[in-house]
Parts: sequence; C-alpha cells; structure tokens
Amino acid sequence: MIDREQVLHVAKLARLKLNDEEVERMASELSGILEHVERISELDLDGVEPTSHVIALENVLRPDQPRRSWDRDEMLERAPDPASGAYRVPSPQA
Amino acid sequence: MAGDLIDLTVAEAAERIRSGELAADEYFDAYRDAASRDSLNAFLWTAEDAEEGGDGPLGGIPIAIKDIFCTEGIPTTAGSRILEGYRPPYTATAVRKLREAGARVLGKVNMDEFAMGSSNENSGYGPVLNPWDSGRVPGGSSGGSAAAVAGRLAPCAIGTDTGGSIRQPAALCGIVGMKPTYGAVSRYGMIAFASSLDQCGPLTRDVTDAALVLQAVEGRDPCDSTSIGIEGGIGLPSSEDLKGLSFGIPKELASEAEGIESGVKEVFERTVALIEELGGEVSETELPHAPHGISAYYVLAPAEASANLARFDGVRYGMRVDAGDLTEMYEETRANGFGDEVKRRIMLGTYALSSGYYEAYYGRAQRVRTKIAEDFSKAFERFDFVVTPTSPTVAFKLGAKTDDPLAMYLNDYCTVPMPLAGIPAISIPAGLAAPDDGGPELPVGFQIAGPAFSDSAMLDAAHALEGAIGFGGNGATT
Amino acid sequence: MSDYEAVIGLEIHVQLSTKTKMFCGCSLSFGDEPNSHTCPVCLGHPGTLPTMNEQAIRYALMIAAALECEVPERSEFARKNYFYPDLPKGYQISQYDQPIAVNGHLGDIRIHRAHLEEDAAKLTHVGESGRIHGSGSSLVDFNRGGTPLVEIVTEPDIRSAAQAREWAQLLRATIRRLGVSDVNMEEGSLRVDGNISIRPAGSDELGVKTELKNMNSFRFLERGIEAELIRQRELLEGGEQVEQETLHFHPEDGSLTPLRSKEYAHDYRYFPEPDLVPVAPTEKMIAEARDSLPELPAARRERYVSEIGLPEEAATTLAFHEGYGEYFERALGAGDGAPAKSIANWVTGELVAALRQAGDEDDPLASKATPEAVAALAGLVESRTVSHGAGKQVLTKLVADGGEPAEIVEKEGLAQISDSAELEGIVDRAIEAEPEAAEQVRQGNDKAVGRIVGAVMKESMGRADGGTVTKLIKERL
Repeated sequence: MIDREQVLHVAKLARLKLNDEEVERMASELSGILEHVERISELDLDGVEPTSHVIALENVLRPDQPRRSWDRDEMLERAPDPASGAYRVPSPQA
Repeated sequence: MAGDLIDLTVAEAAERIRSGELAADEYFDAYRDAASRDSLNAFLWTAEDAEEGGDGPLGGIPIAIKDIFCTEGIPTTAGSRILEGYRPPYTATAVRKLREAGARVLGKVNMDEFAMGSSNENSGYGPVLNPWDSGRVPGGSSGGSAAAVAGRLAPCAIGTDTGGSIRQPAALCGIVGMKPTYGAVSRYGMIAFASSLDQCGPLTRDVTDAALVLQAVEGRDPCDSTSIGIEGGIGLPSSEDLKGLSFGIPKELASEAEGIESGVKEVFERTVALIEELGGEVSETELPHAPHGISAYYVLAPAEASANLARFDGVRYGMRVDAGDLTEMYEETRANGFGDEVKRRIMLGTYALSSGYYEAYYGRAQRVRTKIAEDFSKAFERFDFVVTPTSPTVAFKLGAKTDDPLAMYLNDYCTVPMPLAGIPAISIPAGLAAPDDGGPELPVGFQIAGPAFSDSAMLDAAHALEGAIGFGGNGATT
Repeated sequence: MSDYEAVIGLEIHVQLSTKTKMFCGCSLSFGDEPNSHTCPVCLGHPGTLPTMNEQAIRYALMIAAALECEVPERSEFARKNYFYPDLPKGYQISQYDQPIAVNGHLGDIRIHRAHLEEDAAKLTHVGESGRIHGSGSSLVDFNRGGTPLVEIVTEPDIRSAAQAREWAQLLRATIRRLGVSDVNMEEGSLRVDGNISIRPAGSDELGVKTELKNMNSFRFLERGIEAELIRQRELLEGGEQVEQETLHFHPEDGSLTPLRSKEYAHDYRYFPEPDLVPVAPTEKMIAEARDSLPELPAARRERYVSEIGLPEEAATTLAFHEGYGEYFERALGAGDGAPAKSIANWVTGELVAALRQAGDEDDPLASKATPEAVAALAGLVESRTVSHGAGKQVLTKLVADGGEPAEIVEKEGLAQISDSAELEGIVDRAIEAEPEAAEQVRQGNDKAVGRIVGAVMKESMGRADGGTVTKLIKERL
C-alpha cells in the first residue's frame, strides 16, 4: 500500500531520518494501518459536510491590547544555542 | 496514621482539612512518602516540599499532574526524550486553576510519549506498571496518572483524553476517569497531540472526587479560543438511583463488537442489570458509523499531531542534535528525540495530509466524524445516555501488543467515538474479571457517555451506579 | 512585446499596524533589541495556543471594503506546514480555502482574494560558525514573528511592468489612506511579488508563470517585471520552454536568479486550524468597516478631475499622496476665493519644488508653509496683486519661516508693479540696455524678447508680471 519510495518522501516532508531497517518496517506497519483505515472509502459520504470544529463557536476575538513580553534571556536560557540575543541555527541551504 | 490518610477520598480529606481535623502538610507528606517509594515508574518528578497552601474546595489536596501539562519551572517532558530537561516558561491553565482551588502539585506523572498509546509502553522514560499486576500495563496514555491513583501514590490526578487516554487506563486500573465535553477545560498549557480531540480530565477513586476536580478546572479561558466551559459549572453528584433515565447500548460497540473478552462482557451485562434495578430503562440502540471510528481517528489524530509536533525541531528549546546543515539538524534531532510510535503517527499523519491524499483520507475522515456525531445526536433523542464497556479487555501483559501497532489501536474502538463527537464520557470501575489469557482477576470499566454539556447529569448518574456497584472506590490492593 | 502579451498578477503582503501581534499580546516592534517582543505563544513553546487579534479582523474588513470585495459568511484559518527556522510552530497560521475576502477590484485590476496570516520571524545569516566548526550559521530574531499580515492576490489582469508599478502605487495609496498599515516597501510593511507569464497576443490560454520576489521598491518592481518579460520572450522565441520557478530579483544589477527549487517546498499540507474557531463577519462588522472608509484615492482622483477640472497628473499627485491630498483639501477649505485649479497648481508645482529644495517633500503638512497661507498666496497671484515670480519668492519665505503671504509681500515690497508709467519706464530702460536683442525682436525673432524680459525682471526685482512685460516690450519696439 505504501512503498519504500513513499516512505522516504513522507519522512523528508516530516524531517525524520529513518535508517534502512526503519524504512522497511515503517512501510509494512503503515501499510497495515492504512489498509484498516481504507475502510472509510467504502462509506457513502456524498453531501456530508466535514467537521472541522466539534464546538459551535465563532468570532472568539482578543482585544488589541499589548501586555509585557517575556524576558528575552529567560527564554533564551532554554535554547540549545543562544548567541548575541538570538537563536542560532545552522544556515539553511541557499 | 499515614496508612489511614491515604485511604481517604479527596472529598473526605478536603472536608477534614477544612474543619482543621487534618493538617494539610501531614496529608501532603503522607503522599510524598508514598510517591518516593514508587515502584510503578508512575512519577517522573516529585515535589520536594508542598507548595504554598491555599483555601478552596481542594484546599490542601495533593494532585498528580500528567507530564503533558506545562508547569513553570518544573520539568515537563510529555513522556518524550526530546523534552528532557525542559522547564516551561509558563503554567497550564488547568494546573493554575487547581492551585487556585487550593490543590498542591505532588508530582508529574509518566505517560505514553506525546499521549500516543494505550498502554504507557511508549514512554521515553520506561513503561508504567499496573498496581494490580506489575506484569501488566496500566493502560494509556495517562498510565502514570491512573497507576498513581490506583496504587495510592496520589489521591487524584489529571490526565488527557484524545481517543480514550483517561477512560481506558482508569478502566484497566479500577478507578474513575472522565473526559468532559470538548471545550469544558482549557487546553492552554496542555502539550497538544490532536487539538480538536484533546481534553483534560480527572482520574480519581470515586465519582464525587472526579466532580470536585473537574469543577476546579472547567471554565472558559481567554488563552484558549476553543474553550467554552460548562454553563452553570459542575454540580456535585448526589443521586442514589436512576429512575426516569434511559440508557442505550449501541450494538456496534457491545453485542456486535469483536474482541470483547468474556469476563468483560459478563461484568458489563451485570452492570446493565444493576441500572435496571436502580430504575433506569435500558435497551439497544445503534451508532452505525461507530465501527469506522478507529479509521477516522487514526487519520485525524495523527494528521493534527504531525503538525503539532513540527515545533520540536531543536531551534528554540528541547533536544538538539548538532549537524552540519539545517536539514540534517532537523532530521537527526527528531529521529533521536522521538520514539517509534510517535514517528509512526507523524508519518501516518503527514501522509494523510500530503498532496493527492488529503481528500481520500483527511477529508473523508472529517466526514465520518460528522456522521458519528449525527449518530450520537440521534441516539440522544431517544436516550439520556449511551453505555458500553470501556475497554474490550482487562489489562494485558507488558509487551503483548507492542509488535502490532494496529492491534494496539483496535483497543480504542469503544472510546474513540466520543471525542470524535466532542461529547463527554466517564468510565467507572464495575467489577473484576479474569483475562481470556488466564491469570487473576483484574478491573473492568463501564463507560457512560452523554450529550455535549451533560457532564453534571452524567456524573450524577455515574454516582448512583457506583453506589450500587460497590467496587470499593479505594483503588488496587497492593 | 508586440507579438506577445504580458499576463501579470501581483501578490501583495501588507503588515497591519495593530498594537499587538496576530495571535498573542506581544507588541509589534520597530528595530528594537532582537527577541525583546516574544512570549511562549509566538515562540511556539509546547502547549501554547493562538488567540485572534480583533483589530486585525477589523483592518482586514476595511481593506476588503476598500477593494470592493465580497465578504463570505464564514472564514476559516488553516495551517500551512513547512520547516524553517523563522517559523516557530513548523506551520504558519494562514487562510486557505475560506479567506476573509474574495472577488473585488481596484481601478482596472480585479482582486482574486485577500486573507489574513501571520508573518515569519527574521533570519540573519552570520559568517561565524555555530556549534559545528566550519558551517555557516544564522540567527533568528522572533520580534517580527506573528505580525499580522493581509495577503492580497490579484487576477492576472496587468499587462505591462509600468502598469504593475502604477497599480501597486494606487494600492499603496489606498491602503495608506485607510490607516491600517504603513505600507512602506523599503521597511517591509509592504511586499509585492509578481506572477508573470506571456502568451501570443490574442490567445486565451495562459502560459507558464514564474514568481518574482525581492523587489522592494516600485522602481525595482517595474524593472524586475520588465526583465522577466524580456527573459521569457527570449526563451520562447528561442524555441525553449519557460519553466515554472521562483526567481529572486537582485537590486544591485537588476538580474534574476532562480531560487534553488526545494523539491518538497510546495506540499504545504493545508488543513483547517483546530485551535481557532471560524470568523463569521456580522452585518454590523462589515458595515462598520465600510462606514469607516475615508475618501479613497481612486474616487478622490475622479472627483478632482470631473468636479474641479484638474488635469489628470495633478489630480493623481493630490489623490495618491496622502500628505498633499490632505494639504490641498485644507487649502481649499481656507476659503480665500482662489480657484481650486490655481491652488492645485501651486501645491503640485511650486510647493513640491520648494519643499524638495528644503529636503522635506514627503511631509507637506509638517512644513511652516501652511495650507491656508498657500491658498492665500494663490489668491494674491490670481488677483495679480503679486506676480507669479514674486509669488515664488513669497513661497520660499513661507517654507523657511512661515507667516502670512500678504505680510511678506508688504515687508519685502514684492507687490506687483501696477503703475503702468513706472513699468513703462523700466521697460524702456531694459530695451536700451539690450540693443541687439531689441533689434532681433524687431526683425521677428520673438525668442530674443526673453533677454529684455530678464532685464526688466532684474530691475523690478520680479515684481512685474511676465505676460504684461512681454506685451509691453513688443508695443514699445
């Protein structure tokens, strides 16, 4: 149902590194799960609206009033590589 | 005596603390001691000292907090290595409200990683053991919460339920667990698994305690746009009978369901008989789309999770694996930080949302969700509540289902329909039964589900039934 | 491009000037210390949730009204999923198939849709290595992350680079007028990208389109689009295909380079945002937005041309430039009886020039020369109390020191020479001083009159009216 190529593609989208054994295993496990999930394709769902929210709320809005931000250094303490008051990361490829 | 103290229910202890008969600190110490001798691997962090005392309905009550709730300055891992050592810069609303009601955080309890699991075998910090039988699972994902309460390591706990993660471990550990109506409790500070399904709820020894905890945490929160609270709040239950109430048994989740252990079936039927003895009317009903609940759930929840877990990328907090370039860094960090089940669900969810597959999977699953909600609405036109076994089996052995993810998922078929519809459901311990694979008797849970916002009425009915069942409400004998 | 037709659409991002970010209460920052305006929400900490800024909705509805869009009953938010360090949650909250506004137009160009979304953080590449020796690294500043944006997408109705520039300027002026954004391209509160394709003239089919980014001024916008149109034409004429790609405009040399195509870059896996409930704009909300609209540039220009009779160019300057528009309206309101056309001439002509000299042409209302004073000045020149030339001197004085034109005229003695005898005298003396010029004029070379006029002006210190002087010179010769 889902082959090695697809697994590698999806892993790339999800930024997950999988070794060969994991790719194999993932392909078979996901295929098994998808086979079960496929059942929903049997149902006649024409004209049925999708549910995006189970709760019937609308227009929940926040007043545009500033409040104090969190202390920068306190937040940076949690960062793996703080530098010059910022969050440092390896550069993205061009 | 410490032994007596940990036998008290939350309601009883709160009363004694209020009257001055019991010192809050003494009560806290009794549990802190018990937690320090935790052999179930339920606790990931225990408080050194009791927090500043407070007054309120939960004044002086220690509570175990599932490690999915952010607690400022206190390690919060969501059961994952990717958050090892992470101390949040803020506290979850549910925890804040518990403190405002006077409760004190006893500790952070273990869970399936990012709430993904039905056995607490997916934790990055080791499995939790069932206090009834240490060779068996406590259920999941709120396994630590359930084990702590059932094992008398905490008087009460909060957990989260997305597809059954409060109710199922409550059932497997012989305690009460409730998932309130979606939106009753704020999700702010609750590390997200599946945003449209997740809800915070209580795990307690009895229904009254569950009502007390839920009462403290429910309410609309400006920090959570999807929270609405329960109009009128939660009333404490008092009913002793079920006269005038009607209960429907959906055939798809009972008589027609596959895989329900014989012992579980027996307890279920006995409990149904009790309902009738209490004056309730019982008959069969249907939820035609319930058999597709697992399929819909295992598309929707992983899809939302795949997006919710994208923030764990090693940039701003948590684990980072150094690498030469950014993509490597992302991939290595996430490969190392996440366990197998989490990776599986991220893959499943990403696939279901990916180009060309959205309509076939996500789009359809959302429509199945609509049908399931409609099925419940229809049933509730005729019945006040719907009842099912909570779990098709009693607690299974550690390692029994870890090789077959699908088998593990299928455990959830009685509990996933309710979150899909956004309606509340509670599991109460209804008796003991021997597992099909042999061994001593283990707890069986009975599930009651009601229409959205019927939380108080449901607690009331559960209270009456609990009284008749007489399970004991005091957790596992250790 | 006679054999090919340009088919251009624009994608515009407008940063809203709300007080707080789109989804949290952090205030917006302007060049402040990095990461000084952040919180767990806009840093994407676990467990956080977005909350929708009320003002952003209001501003979006105002933009929708200004662009004459339909506002659907319900609009939904969606997650746009991809990984990048400037995106803390690993997804951007945006809108996908249920945007807040659709089907509008501005001028001749149709608007396809407008929607709300949050801005990304700022990534700065630094040379020094991070934790791994030898690799380049980047620093992320999350101050900008979460700033409310409205994205506006046009239909591909634009047919030339020049038209793109003009229309973008009209859009800018329109949004500026609403007061919902600074819309400053250089600062980044207005970003314009182009979607460009060409097709054989007369054809109905669309060619392959490319996306153009990084044109951060109106001039660059035009240059970039022009360059791309040429590039595409050359490709097609050479028998090659245009490839669908994103091109980065380089301001230093006007070149276009393809952004490295990331194979997975375009699978955004949109799905409805579960943490935000839908926005269903009520009649009241929509009416309030519409009622709060001031007179917009296109309408104002139309009014100036048809009601006041201003020439198109002056009308455009006054309608599109908020400062001058306001200035002009105040001058009109001064009620000194000077005709609108003449005030318009003074404002768009001499005033702009004078302010440019003073280095202050962008903010006429801040000038010491008040609209009322300029209106009065226009009146003085119109009534021939002061010559045009003298008027310019008065204006220079007004710009430098402020004051009242009538007082300045008196103080500086700039009143026009009305005494014909005095004027004749000056003219005669000028004719005497310029015999060769006088001879040339007598012989029919009209242009030579200028030198004599110059001499008259010199002696009269600009207090003579040019037209009268010229006439007088010719008479006397």
